[in-house]
Amino acid sequence: MLRMLVRRLALGAITVFLVSLIIFAGVEILPGDACTAFLEREAQGQLLENCRQELGLKRPASERYLEWAAGALTGDLGVSANGQKPISELVGYRLRNTLLLASCSMLVGVPLALLLGVVAALWRDRLADLAISTIAIGAMTIPEFVSATILILIFSVWLGWIPGIVLTSADAPVAEFFPEILLPMMVLTFVMTAHILRTVRSSVIEAMASDYAQMATLKGVPYWRIVFRHVLPNALLPAINVVALTIAWLLGGVVVIETVFNYPGLGRMMIDSISDRDLPVTQAIALIIASVYVGVNLAADLLTMIANPRLRTMHMRKG
Amino acid sequence: MAVASIHRRPSFTARFVGVTADITARPSGAIGLGLVTFHLMLAIFGPWLAPYDYKAVDANLILQGPSGLHWFGTDHLGRDTFSRTLLGGREAILVTGIATPIAVLWGGFVGIFFGLVGGKIDDVLMRVVDAFLSLPWILKMLLLIVTFGTGIEVLIPTLAFFYGIPVIRIARAATHDVVARDFVQAARARGHGKMTIIRSELLPNVRDALLVEGAMRWSWMLLAFSSLSFLGFGVSPPTPDWGLMIADARGYMSFAPSGVLAPVLGLSSLIIGINLTADALAKALGIDRAQKAPV
Repeated sequence: MLRMLVRRLALGAITVFLVSLIIFAGVEILPGDACTAFLEREAQGQLLENCRQELGLKRPASERYLEWAAGALTGDLGVSANGQKPISELVGYRLRNTLLLASCSMLVGVPLALLLGVVAALWRDRLADLAISTIAIGAMTIPEFVSATILILIFSVWLGWIPGIVLTSADAPVAEFFPEILLPMMVLTFVMTAHILRTVRSSVIEAMASDYAQMATLKGVPYWRIVFRHVLPNALLPAINVVALTIAWLLGGVVVIETVFNYPGLGRMMIDSISDRDLPVTQAIALIIASVYVGVNLAADLLTMIANPRLRTMHMRKG
Repeated sequence: MAVASIHRRPSFTARFVGVTADITARPSGAIGLGLVTFHLMLAIFGPWLAPYDYKAVDANLILQGPSGLHWFGTDHLGRDTFSRTLLGGREAILVTGIATPIAVLWGGFVGIFFGLVGGKIDDVLMRVVDAFLSLPWILKMLLLIVTFGTGIEVLIPTLAFFYGIPVIRIARAATHDVVARDFVQAARARGHGKMTIIRSELLPNVRDALLVEGAMRWSWMLLAFSSLSFLGFGVSPPTPDWGLMIADARGYMSFAPSGVLAPVLGLSSLIIGINLTADALAKALGIDRAQKAPV
């Protein structure tokens, strides 16, 4: 158990390290740097030289990477190219807003997905299952900006219930984001629920067909007792990993949704930073998103390990 | 009558016909394949079918509702929405249609090769793949697109490169299932080279998984492409493209909802069609997609 844990942690750390290398190298290889972006058309001759000198861009890449990585580890992400503000300050509220959006959607989406997934599995190939599965496939395949646009059309243009665009500034208190946050939340919940419920459905079906479920049926255990005591605890374990993958997807997929709704989160900041060629900010956001991705997957693996007695004792039986 | 039947590998055409028949035998597969074929036909013959010039601007016809002359109305520049919707998939299908096979080929080859070789290099490669996958797709693509421009000569290699990376994982996993089997061991013992083993032992066994993967990649790529267009990083105006059309018409949604709904219909029907076909293809080839890891 301990060895597995250490191994997983080490793999996670290596992945984050590689990501930071890829991000740094990627930005290095691309033409232009923080100074050309900051100075724009005046980026030539003495001015460019001075700026590069000031930001320390003249030093070798390896030295700058180490400095950047060491800074990132201590929470100092450097300064932005245009505006010269500390990035940690800029990112702070944006990260909070994205997390707010993501956690609100999860709070609704995860229980809903578990419920619908189980319902679809228990009434397999019946009307309820067909309806749920069809809508789920639609939700998974239709691009987010399409479903977002349709929802805006219905709820804010035709019905006029909820504002279709977020006008709250990034550093406003959480309460001010309601009710504007509802539409982006609905889109996220819609897509997320579809992904999770598909997995839940297939693993419940698999567990219902298992030997121990059949044994319980033959022993005369009541149906609902089989479902709740025998099948669900086993079937819902894989859901942990899918929820983790979905969170990871949320961080990337949220980019489009944030842009559609003008939501002041990390994703829109990423698009803006790329359009403005503010490379230090882009680097920082990429590192944050990748670290969260790795961290969430790691947490899911550990949680599965803790929740699943079979994985916990596997190495004992073997050796 | 215990006569061992002699298994001959069915010819390519026989297999193609068999699989197609299997796909169309399922209602969802038939609908999916029908939608995909319909869209491919439109992409090819669209220019002859479109009733109006897609870039003809008319100040008298701005944001008209649907009428007998303009079935889906007109956009904010007075262009015919129906004609633009008919042509709106061409660029997307062209770009993703070229990029998908490239992605599957290079990802598939690298995956199979390192799955066969194994060892330290394989471990390192998988860590790099993991690292790439933990970055959101849109960030990776936008960095390249913003630097090198938004033409199709940039979009095709970019899409092909990034969408090939997850294929490595699938191909490697599929190879691992086969590598330990007797016939691969036998080929090794006979002293065949790596390329020969890949060509005659591994590829025939991994091909089906790659084919299904390719179909799925196509739909994801289409999603990515239209999202990029929507955000303004894809095709450039006045080229008609669904993503771009939705972005343009969004601001006028309250006056002319048909300007949004028509491209939404086009894009959704193609993507749903591809997904239904991929599902039916997976079932026809006997590949359980539920067990294949996502991402």
